Amino acid sequence: MNYGVDERGYYGQFGGAYIPEMLYPNVEELREQYLSIMQEPAFQQELQELLRDYVGRPTPLYHAKRLSERYNTKIYLKREDLNHTGAHKINNTVGQILLAKRLGKKRIIAETGAGQHGVATATVCALAGLECIVYMGKIDTERQRPNVEKMRLLGATVIPVTSGSQTLKDATNEAIRDWINHPEDTHYIIGSVVGPHPYPDMVARFQSVISAEIRKQLLEKEGREIPDYVVACVGGGSNAAGAFYHFLGEPTVQLVAVEAAGLGVDTGHSAATSVLGKTGIIHGSKTLLMQTEDGQITEPYSISAGLDYPGVGPQHAHLAQSGRARFIAITDADAMEALRELSRLEGIIPAIESSHALAALKEINAGPDQVVVLNLSGRGDKDLNTILTYFEQQDAAK
Amino acid sequence: MPQNRLTRLFQEKSGNLLNIYFTAGYPKLDDTVTILEELEAAGADLVEIGMPFSDPLADGPTIQASNQVALENGMSIRKLMAQLQGVRERVSLPIILMGYLNPVMQYGFERFCQDAAAVGVDGFILPDLPFAEYEEEYKPILEKYGLSLIFLITPQTSEARIRQIDALSSSFIYMVSSASTTGSQVQTNEGQQAYFSKVKGLGLRNPLLIGFGISDRPSFELACQSAHGAIIGSAFIKALQQPAEVRENVRSFLKTLR
Repeated sequence: MNYGVDERGYYGQFGGAYIPEMLYPNVEELREQYLSIMQEPAFQQELQELLRDYVGRPTPLYHAKRLSERYNTKIYLKREDLNHTGAHKINNTVGQILLAKRLGKKRIIAETGAGQHGVATATVCALAGLECIVYMGKIDTERQRPNVEKMRLLGATVIPVTSGSQTLKDATNEAIRDWINHPEDTHYIIGSVVGPHPYPDMVARFQSVISAEIRKQLLEKEGREIPDYVVACVGGGSNAAGAFYHFLGEPTVQLVAVEAAGLGVDTGHSAATSVLGKTGIIHGSKTLLMQTEDGQITEPYSISAGLDYPGVGPQHAHLAQSGRARFIAITDADAMEALRELSRLEGIIPAIESSHALAALKEINAGPDQVVVLNLSGRGDKDLNTILTYFEQQDAAK
Repeated sequence: MPQNRLTRLFQEKSGNLLNIYFTAGYPKLDDTVTILEELEAAGADLVEIGMPFSDPLADGPTIQASNQVALENGMSIRKLMAQLQGVRERVSLPIILMGYLNPVMQYGFERFCQDAAAVGVDGFILPDLPFAEYEEEYKPILEKYGLSLIFLITPQTSEARIRQIDALSSSFIYMVSSASTTGSQVQTNEGQQAYFSKVKGLGLRNPLLIGFGISDRPSFELACQSAHGAIIGSAFIKALQQPAEVRENVRSFLKTLR
């Protein structure tokens, strides 16, 4: 079975480019050119240099001994948290900014939820000397004040979005509307493996550096390129897409995608799209989508601002439906417990997003002779307020 | 099958066609048919009824807000089909349903076509339905129920693609006036006039209606010089927000146009 994108932009029955005509020329230009630009030797050289000298790659593959002991298996953490700007997001924005320059674009727009992709975009725009406009739900600008300030310090304009539910999905709508209004000079840097074809494939390719490095590093450390498990959290799904990429065709690797169950899958306060979603169309892509019976898109919930997207990348929808990846839903409470556990066992404070992947370790029951690679997509600094408030409330309730 | 009202309209009338867009279930849930009746009485030539969606990507703030109010009022495709039962005993102008694909998919595309045709709808505008998918999956179903699908073109649409759209269209082509979402203030400029005359000069087989940014008599008349007519949406939604009773709002707005 093929898990990559086909010529028409589909992964199985998911994907495509369900966009109004106003967006067609922009998306078509990108579709025609992204592969040839990405394959140019000069592009690759510039990208590799930036990934090494600016982003700080390769990121370490760290054998977490105390965590391994705790779960009685061999766990490696892929340290995407050590990237410049604190998460995997910059792998994609560095690539897309080089692409935008080659397309002759002068103006960059982006959406952001928690602000991590917004910061990663503002960063590369400063690097490239391009104008940067970031759309962010008004509620999120209030919840994620420090990231708003960072983006402004980096020279970006942050536009609070007041339409709809004022969160990530509406910020994405507003970025798309901006693109409709600026069809000639603007490139839209989408932050995840979502949106119309070719975005899911393009973003996955930029993130695929994660699994390319894992194979190399695992060979050095274990004498084999192939682990038994690869575990990653999924909101839109960009870090998982990158961590899975070079293992999709390796049937012995168990791919584990971890979604946010929020307060619980059946509570009405969840973001577990693979369980709660039905096939639909969001932001130009046919995928699994949380929606009402009438097809209105609903607002997901998770303590993690990076996982509360009502859809999921079309490739992940395909991996879920075909059974290639196992999808596990982790509650707020279990993720926060895993966050504290890693902090105390390994001296690493993970992002709340990545903590969902960590909490799945107890679900997968890997054996003592098996090798688990867990993609630690980001660091927890940005979440400090949420973390402190959460544990204070926990302690108060006791 | 009765002759398609859209085809007949374009046969009977060759210019100055006024197409009004409004959102179903706005301002009040049960205003849909009332507005239709008033529009016909006040001289609109055809109407587009918007099916509200939580995430209307191609729409500006005015239509977004009307979508949100309509959803809060309880509007849905199911409800709209119920409201349109028997509408053909009361109005005869062509009716087009406009909306995003997701709610239509959840309703079921074939059921949507069947129910729409049964109540007397003539065609659809589904801006996020892609070409290739339309030809493969959707076209046979639309044809089975005698419904037209109307495509959009913009200033950025290439001539080759305009010709492809012309070949696939069966009633008219929706010509988006400028690169924008709905309701933007459109400045008439040389570039836009050049685009209008370029398309006019292509000798397309389908009539053209210009939409986006058409808000009053001057912009309507200007658009009609370059096309068979024009579409007014956001300005009409704003007219519905006036304090008078809904019928009165429709009448006063159309008086300013004709």
